[in-house]
Amino acid sequence: MSAVPAARPAEDAAAEGGEDRSDGSAGRLAGYNLGYLDENTKRMIRRTLLKAVAIPGHQVPFGSREMPLPYGWGTGGIQVTAAVIGPEDRLKVIDQGADDTTNAVSIRRFFARVAGVATTERTREASIIQTRHRIPETPLREGQIIVYQVPMPEPLFRLEPRVAETRRMHALADYGLMHVKLYEDIARHGQVAISYNYPVMVNGRYLMAPSPIPSFDNPKMDRMPALQLFGAGREKRIYAVPPYTAVKSLDFEDHPFQPVRAPAACALCGSQESYLDEVVTDDRGGRIFVCSDTDYCHTRQAAQPREAAE
Amino acid sequence: MSPPLLEARGLSLRYGAVPALDDVALSIWPGEVVAIVGESGSGKTTLLRVLSGLLRPEAGTVLYRAPAGATHAVHDMGEAALRRLQRTDWGFVHQNPRDGLRLGISAGGNIGERLMATGARHYGTIRGAATEWLKRVEIDPARIDGLPRTFSGGMQQRLQIARTLVTHPRLVFMDEPTGGLDVSVQARLLDLIRALVADLGLSVLLVTHDIAAARLLAHRMLVMRQGRVVEEGLTDRVLDDPQHEYTQLLVASVLAA
Ligand SMILES: Nc1ncnc2c1ncn2[C@@H]1O[C@H](COP(=O)(O)OP(=O)(O)OP(=O)(O)O)[C@@H](O)[C@H]1O
Ligand SMILES: [Mg+2]
Ligand SMILES: [Zn+2]
Repeated sequence: MSAVPAARPAEDAAAEGGEDRSDGSAGRLAGYNLGYLDENTKRMIRRTLLKAVAIPGHQVPFGSREMPLPYGWGTGGIQVTAAVIGPEDRLKVIDQGADDTTNAVSIRRFFARVAGVATTERTREASIIQTRHRIPETPLREGQIIVYQVPMPEPLFRLEPRVAETRRMHALADYGLMHVKLYEDIARHGQVAISYNYPVMVNGRYLMAPSPIPSFDNPKMDRMPALQLFGAGREKRIYAVPPYTAVKSLDFEDHPFQPVRAPAACALCGSQESYLDEVVTDDRGGRIFVCSDTDYCHTRQAAQPREAAE
Repeated sequence: MSPPLLEARGLSLRYGAVPALDDVALSIWPGEVVAIVGESGSGKTTLLRVLSGLLRPEAGTVLYRAPAGATHAVHDMGEAALRRLQRTDWGFVHQNPRDGLRLGISAGGNIGERLMATGARHYGTIRGAATEWLKRVEIDPARIDGLPRTFSGGMQQRLQIARTLVTHPRLVFMDEPTGGLDVSVQARLLDLIRALVADLGLSVLLVTHDIAAARLLAHRMLVMRQGRVVEEGLTDRVLDDPQHEYTQLLVASVLAA
């Protein structure tokens, strides 16, 4: 698990400041431990992460801390990032695919200030990517870590409200009920009506909620070379998918999983492959489709300046 | 004679001062229907729950002989193995369909659940089996996507039976499957159960208040009172020539009614 830096003594970490790695934001704020969390908390979270990596897809409880953000704003993801980030890292933060939303900007700024790390909007350049609701289009590679913000880690919670029973179902790999839900969808709608947070089996053993990413992104999780970490702050759970682990979306043999994508091309870069957001352009019902992944879209536009750009 | 499918010895369990089970022994052979009768509170439901591994007794053992010939001590099996047994080799039909059905899931989904829990992953096959079983329990297959709460009490009970039998269990525990239904509906359900038991060669442990149901379905019967088995024998013998005074009372009161 080389991707997660080993716990390092506080003095070492403290000795390294913002230096010249920070992308313009002033170096790390004085008065905070590196990454905001104290070293004991970080060690506790790293231990949880090691356990999570050792049992792919299994939810491991952890002592979630108060963060300077309310639950629902990615506190689980932030704590995971805080526990693995070091001064050499370069952080990218996306919210629904975009680097420039208020939420993404404030999390990025937070880490630039409390960890003195460099930040980037480029998927390729990032060593850690914290995300809410998307996986970047640019394939992730070995050595990168993607940290998902998770509101509800339990994939069975809508089907089985008793927490003790869901634990038993995970312990016994007793997931027939999830297939009953898929059966019901097909019987009623002709297809599985789950477009976000589509349940997956990890390593053929644990049923896992991939966080509310579109089902379009599910195939990217399968055998991904990067390490995938999931943090749920309010629910106090961490789970992980180590590099190159099989992640399979649940389906039936005669109704295979099908990732959904709007049948259109991006109005800005022309991509026929990327996940698209629908954008309303005026109040007369005009609308266009554009890439949800802003870095991907910008990169493509830059590569073909005379085409498609508006 | 082949060995029994299920064999219990010395079962005891008390709730506070109440002896719900007091040194109960029972065996059931392949293809046999055994009725358990007795007044309210005599320990019938408790006995079924202990036999089927849902409840642990304070004393005693329950042995189950699997098809391959291996014998399992039901209360010493791991939870995973027990659960597998409960949804493959065994079935449980509850008195209240609410306890045995998922009311928010369609009839087809209810029937398909045990198949999916044991690994079925072909939608068409699951739906085919659900359709087939609806017909077998005399529910219009057009109701396959209907919710059980829109079904009558008798239909709900038949759906529960279909949902239980779809995996072809060998041993089915039934706790007053006709309780709470009116008489004509009861009669139809009993006929259905009798036909299915004969077709599938099921072994059934049937708890009932209804002596007529026991006479219709059961090869043997046990009479319980205050947690003890007070009389046991072939159904006709027990009903026509009861030995224990409690059984005599029970039979007399039914005949008088
Ligand atoms: N969970 C429980 N807690 C306390 N006492 C219980 C519990 N379950 C059953 N009992 C008691 O144990 C005894 C046997 O109950 P059980 O439900 O097995 O009887 P039964 O023969 O099934 O009755 P009925 O015909 O009314 O269904 C009764 O005295 C009952 O009150
Ligand atoms: Mg009872
Ligand atoms: Zn684009």
